[in-house]
Amino acid sequence: MEIVEEHGCYDAVSGLIEKIEKSRLNAYITVCKEDALKLAEKYDRGELKGRLAGIPVAVKDNITTKGVKTTCASKMLSNYEPVFDAHVVERLKAEGAIIIGKTNMDEFAMGTTTETSYYGVVRNPHDLERVAGGSSGGSAAVIAADEAVLALGSDTGGSIRCPASFCGVYGLKPTYGLVSRYGLIPYANSLEQIGPMADSIEDLALLLEVIAGKDARDSTNAGREFRFVQERRKLRVGVIKEMGGNDDVLGRFDEVVGELSRIHEVGEVSMPSFRYALAAYYIIAMSEASSNLARYDGVRYGFALDKLDSWRRYFSKVRAEGFGEEVKRRIMLGSYALSAGYYGKYYLKAQKVRTLVINDFKKAFEKYDVLISPTMPALPFKIGELADPLTMYKADVNTVPVNLAGLPALNVPVGFIKGLPVGMQVIGRHFSENLLLNFGKEVSELLG
Amino acid sequence: MVSLEEVYHTAELAKIEITGEEAEKFSREFESILDYFNILDEVEEDVEPTFQVLPLRNVFRDDDPGECLSQDDALKNARHKEDGYFKGPRVVE
Repeated sequence: MEIVEEHGCYDAVSGLIEKIEKSRLNAYITVCKEDALKLAEKYDRGELKGRLAGIPVAVKDNITTKGVKTTCASKMLSNYEPVFDAHVVERLKAEGAIIIGKTNMDEFAMGTTTETSYYGVVRNPHDLERVAGGSSGGSAAVIAADEAVLALGSDTGGSIRCPASFCGVYGLKPTYGLVSRYGLIPYANSLEQIGPMADSIEDLALLLEVIAGKDARDSTNAGREFRFVQERRKLRVGVIKEMGGNDDVLGRFDEVVGELSRIHEVGEVSMPSFRYALAAYYIIAMSEASSNLARYDGVRYGFALDKLDSWRRYFSKVRAEGFGEEVKRRIMLGSYALSAGYYGKYYLKAQKVRTLVINDFKKAFEKYDVLISPTMPALPFKIGELADPLTMYKADVNTVPVNLAGLPALNVPVGFIKGLPVGMQVIGRHFSENLLLNFGKEVSELLG
Repeated sequence: MVSLEEVYHTAELAKIEITGEEAEKFSREFESILDYFNILDEVEEDVEPTFQVLPLRNVFRDDDPGECLSQDDALKNARHKEDGYFKGPRVVE
């Protein structure tokens, strides 16, 4: 933020907005030009106070912002203007942050590449022919391209870590319950968390300190604060055998593991239940989605037809027109998995597998302090490369077990292969964010 | 095999109108996705399901009425409204 000290906040913010308006990344859905400039003026007059005073923050477009369009990158909510702020947005504002805009994403956060967005794909700042990852593709891209200083994403099955990995930035999926979900438009409640994205550990930690904490409006909120404390010690690091990648990714990952083994005690750990984690994750996420997205009836908010009809016809037509293909696919598969005769085979079985995944993690954490893997099994995909849904789902194989167990996990950028970023995933015990951030900082110093 | 009939039935449950073309496509896709989900049939170990990762308990507060949305705010995003009410589709066929 040296630019602010030099030229004042107003010039810095208007320069940033100019840059965003010229950008080819398609990372923002809405830019909050007027509000941002007003706050910048306020900062220059010395009237904006707080730990994030004058800092431009981008917010994923599934997090409600009062009076600012919040679309979930869906036609269904393309005109939705929330009448309240999400809890995390209240906290940003209380600390003087300048919300610069709302970032592009997969529709209702359902996707791994931001290709399901109603507003078009987000391009990867390192290669415009490739995707930025998803579902928080916009939030990761704006950090990588300096179109914001900090960003919020949300992570249901890897939606912060995947784009962070593809764009070469830091992204943290916090422990389930650390950050209030009040005002996060829901997709799969038992899995998702809002989390910070930034290009340094210190920035990431600062943003997490601001957004984490008690909120009575989210009954799954743990009521814990977060404070970043520097610590260094020798750790027991477990490399997860079942989380791999292709030769490009593993080539770099193995080099990093080699570096780490000079400082820490590195071992390998096997998690047999992970063979079933991806299927279990998708069944649970789709089932919860089918129930959550039942609220879009075209009556109280969201896309509506000109003419009211009979309830059954109106409801089905609104949803046919308002939802994109992937959202329809997941709602329908979720309805199928919960329907009579299939509940035991799919949904209940998936929740049992979730227990097995939790048990595997518990066992691993008896022996290790942190667990590591490549965040994504491949380098950023070309736009259009993932032709069918199942191939896309399988790209989440390394990130979904974490959400099933409600654990915290961090993406650490660990260099480039063929000019494209590679990310390492670091997983910790519940509420071990401080350890993860310190470890991430150590890794980044180690790799220079 | 996911029949077209099953796809239409599911669409009806999910309240999403689909075209014949969509039904064909979903039927093919659901086939491969559900086939992949069948991997869960291998799991023999019987454990308790986990629906929620936190040890949740009921959260109570005193019954103090707080602020709530104004009628204008509540209706702000509705397309069809009348006399301070939401106007909904006809429920009785």
